[in-house]
Amino acid sequence: MTPVLEAQDLRRSFGGVEAVRGISFTVFEREILGVIGPNGSGKSTLFNCLLGQIQASAGRVILDGRDVTGMRPSALNRLGVSRTFQLLQVFPQLTVRENVVLAGQEHVGTKLGRLFGPRDAGLGTRAAEMIDQFRLGPLADTPAGDLSYGQQKLLDTAMAFMAGPRLVLLDEPAGGVNPTMLGGLRERLRAMNGERGATFVVIEHNMDFVMQLCTRVICIAEGQIIADGTPAAIRENPAVIEAYLGS
Amino acid sequence: MTGWRRLALVAIIIVLIAAPLFGLKSYVIYTLSLWAVTAIAALGLNLTLGYAGQISLAQGAFVGVGAYCSALLTIAGVPLGGGVVAAFLLCLALGWMLGYPALRVRSHYLAFVTLAFSTLAYLVFRNEEWLTGGTYGLSNIPRPVVLGNDFVRPNPFYWLCLAVLAAVSAALWRLVQSPWGRAFTALRENPVRAESLGVDIRHYTLLAFAIGAGLGGVSGALYAALVQYIDPTPFGLNYSLSLLLMVVVGGAGRFFGPFLGAAVAVLLPEWLRATGDFYLVIYAGLVLVLMVFCPGGLLALPARLRRR
Repeated sequence: MTPVLEAQDLRRSFGGVEAVRGISFTVFEREILGVIGPNGSGKSTLFNCLLGQIQASAGRVILDGRDVTGMRPSALNRLGVSRTFQLLQVFPQLTVRENVVLAGQEHVGTKLGRLFGPRDAGLGTRAAEMIDQFRLGPLADTPAGDLSYGQQKLLDTAMAFMAGPRLVLLDEPAGGVNPTMLGGLRERLRAMNGERGATFVVIEHNMDFVMQLCTRVICIAEGQIIADGTPAAIRENPAVIEAYLGS
Repeated sequence: MTGWRRLALVAIIIVLIAAPLFGLKSYVIYTLSLWAVTAIAALGLNLTLGYAGQISLAQGAFVGVGAYCSALLTIAGVPLGGGVVAAFLLCLALGWMLGYPALRVRSHYLAFVTLAFSTLAYLVFRNEEWLTGGTYGLSNIPRPVVLGNDFVRPNPFYWLCLAVLAAVSAALWRLVQSPWGRAFTALRENPVRAESLGVDIRHYTLLAFAIGAGLGGVSGALYAALVQYIDPTPFGLNYSLSLLLMVVVGGAGRFFGPFLGAAVAVLLPEWLRATGDFYLVIYAGLVLVLMVFCPGGLLALPARLRRR
């Protein structure tokens, strides 16, 4: 198995609080890795350190064998790394279509070419396909701010896939999505993984979603990895049960 | 753009072009020229503030830099076209540099950084007498004669200002309709998300400042030729605030907002002059009412009225 992303002894402190305390793990090609842990365990901080959103206090991030520690999110994105956020992060005044086109436009042509090129940056067809895949077709020309929470969540995920990334980090993709939409979302993620060979790291609190989607799961508590294994093994792990339910 | 809006736009353009043929007094033509010149500066600020969401209290200073740059060159014999291009490029470079603080600070902190630049520029205009003439300013700024066509008289110079405004508007329209325009909007609405989608927000922030400032320079170059005498007074903080008002009153982030905002700021005081000493009170009151009931600006007013 080829490693895609490696975290090596990552640490991040906020004042006197060490939110991430020496986390190391490897994500392999075509893997769907779940990251679980109680609220405040450091999962989102870990994501932000991996993706250059905040600087790690110590440690390294390796992407395809290359040290990318501290690299800007936009540069990482152009290397094929994409993400979604825990809280809604769409562009409310742009339409669904424009949100999706925006997610891909910086990956085509040159900057100057984009100034003189078409408004949709030549991505009209691809954007329409992506919108349909996430069942947002009838809403394509609606401002994203007018969508329901669940629809915005789907749009957020569609945007993460627009540039055809190799590695996608999803921060609570199921949060606020209704059960009917959730099954569809899980199938679409599986399809992206199977057909396009995309690798996923998924932070999620919905255990059913994680257990049915992921091939491997790590559990984080108090900024450290306390368990790493298959979904079935994690479900039975006493340390995981204690972290969630208390001793 | 819907049919009737396009029709209204064409009608306004025709009226603007034909205005001098109606035998208007030269002061009215001067005011219309000033509106065109001011609208160019407001269009630039609208890109920086309205589209890209970067607050700037320095646009008046860039107009001043452009005015002095072009005035010095045209007095030395350079054609006005050269002055306009030089003013644009100088302000583009200065705007790019002023954009760097915007990479670190936002909102009111950024406003203070740009305010500092505005004050600094004013001090240079006033104190560097060897270059700017200090408080005495620069006089005898020539208007151009292009290929034997005289732009010295008010009417031809007004048409020249309109032509530059049209060229700037067309270029800016192309820009905001391109993927760059979408990237600027993304920068305004959610820079963190934009960055995660590959949008180099540092680069677009600098571009927004630079292009906005460059248009301030173009406006300044035309202003110098319009008034033919410049001193530091018009380019102080008041003018930057006034340009900010034009963008907000017209409708920040709306393409036609600055045209309307500049009309309100330049033409309305003239129309209210008949009210004597009360005109400033009426003007301030109208602006206050607008901002309270329609913070999206004049162009947001029809949609707001429809919702009621």
